[in-house]
Amino acid sequence: MNPAPSIVFFTTASGAGYGLLFWLGLLRPVGLVPQVPAFALLCLALALLLITAGLASSLLHLGNPQRAWRAFSQWRSSWLSREGVAAVATYIPALLFGTALLTGRPGLATIAGLVAALGAVVTVWCTGMIYASLKPIPQWHHPLVAPGYLLLAAYTGMALLAAVSAIGGVVAGPASFIVTLGLAGLVLKIAYWRLVDGGMGRSSAESATSLGFIGRVRPLDPPHTETNYLLREMGFRIARKHAAKLRNLTLLLGFGGPVLLALLATQLGFGGLLLPLAALLALGGMLLERWLMFAEARHTVTLYYRGT
Amino acid sequence: MTCLPEITPGAKKLGLVIDLDTCVGCQGCATSCKEWNASGHSAPLPDYKPYSAGAEGVWFNRVHSYEAGEGADGRTVHFPRSCLHCETPACVTVCPTGASYKRGEDGIVLVDHDICIGCGLCAWACPYGAREMDEDQGVMKKCTLCVDRIYNETIPEAQRQPACVLACPTKARHFGDLGDPESKVSRLVAERGGQPLMPELGYGPVNSYLPPRRRADTQPVEDAPTPMDIKNPVLRWMDRVLSR
Ligand code: SF4
Ligand code: SF4
Repeated sequence: MNPAPSIVFFTTASGAGYGLLFWLGLLRPVGLVPQVPAFALLCLALALLLITAGLASSLLHLGNPQRAWRAFSQWRSSWLSREGVAAVATYIPALLFGTALLTGRPGLATIAGLVAALGAVVTVWCTGMIYASLKPIPQWHHPLVAPGYLLLAAYTGMALLAAVSAIGGVVAGPASFIVTLGLAGLVLKIAYWRLVDGGMGRSSAESATSLGFIGRVRPLDPPHTETNYLLREMGFRIARKHAAKLRNLTLLLGFGGPVLLALLATQLGFGGLLLPLAALLALGGMLLERWLMFAEARHTVTLYYRGT
Repeated sequence: MTCLPEITPGAKKLGLVIDLDTCVGCQGCATSCKEWNASGHSAPLPDYKPYSAGAEGVWFNRVHSYEAGEGADGRTVHFPRSCLHCETPACVTVCPTGASYKRGEDGIVLVDHDICIGCGLCAWACPYGAREMDEDQGVMKKCTLCVDRIYNETIPEAQRQPACVLACPTKARHFGDLGDPESKVSRLVAERGGQPLMPELGYGPVNSYLPPRRRADTQPVEDAPTPMDIKNPVLRWMDRVLSR
């Protein structure tokens, strides 16, 4: 699948934004993050900035962005529509949360924060399900895909939260969260890659053409000599050559690096420096991970063109 | 509305039956489809860079050629690929806007180009590569089963068929109601063992592909020579003696 930059950026940025919103709403009432309103406001602003930038970037992907409002209508059947509804709905408690913080109403802030956290989970789950529900792409139609979106959003969100709180001087708690979530992400990615590499998809050139009863089926003449939308959109295969290297880089940069930095920060100090660096690495790693998620995925239409 | 119409037994299911035994891969159906649809319901059907290197465009029908099987059993099969107007198509249910829909009255899957936002998700959801984006207009386009021909009372009745069906020089394409077991197309499917494509994905394709006929298993044997074929009189006499 073609890793369109607008979508790679969208899922990474808004994933991290929703992750940050989630942790902020959840951990603030239990006192695990700095309690000064300025901290929460800063985190909230960062979360909304990332979410909004991501959503704006996803609009760039549309052929007719001016009609985007229509995408709220089909939530009964479409995960994309549900994602849109959930994304917009989450703004309401998030903004209420901010207002409560500004006007000093802690009770409202807690409730709005918790509702916003719930909205964040629902939105990211919908994002994951958009991909996980697509049967023609076996690497996406996989039980680990939607949970993976949730976990990685939680992980990058926590990395951001830790960065901000470390600048404010609170290091140990958030750092231990990074270690846990980072290791969980590492295990999930390795497990996912193992599973999808061990043979994916029941469809073949034989079932795609119904000619399997004759024998093995291989393309002889293509239907067109130039490329087309299908091949550009779904026939992307540049990454395959470098897939192994890029996977290792993702694991190293996106998970290994931040986990190591978080450990160092708890042992040696310098949290205000190391944890922001960890967040940058985690986000960079996530861009790479998302890019691979697309580049490595194969659509069944390539069976018609390439036989594999 | 992107929820699917309820499946009722006996409901009309318009579709195509494509005979892979007789298709010669002439591209006549694809060309004729492009010609009709460039000006019909889905117009325009753009071509990008039509007069220079890298010319490409939106087509609803693509004719592939495959080799199937090995050695003496192997054969070349030409294979037209277009929308199968599936019974439970995810291309419709994933659509966030309601632009994609399946008609309850005849099962045709269509896109409302005035509503489509061009997100491209439906093309991802179609296993068969039947949807192509009009990148000029930013909306999705696909085979309409020539909805603007088959019900068109301004053209002679004999022509109220999809353009591809009319164009096929070997009559490898058939159009009809696959929901009616007595229809000509349903009988063809039953007689020839018509096959769905990628049934394992559960989209319930309505179009059906008639498999290439098997070659006769027995090799043709040369007829034994009759006495009249044997010119040499000595051999003819021996044949007569030995044949007793
Ligand atoms: S062939 Fe593709 S576009 Fe046509 S109905 Fe089936 S899933 Fe939808
Ligand atoms: S491209 Fe258009 S028809 Fe397809 S899913 Fe998006 S809005 Fe619906």
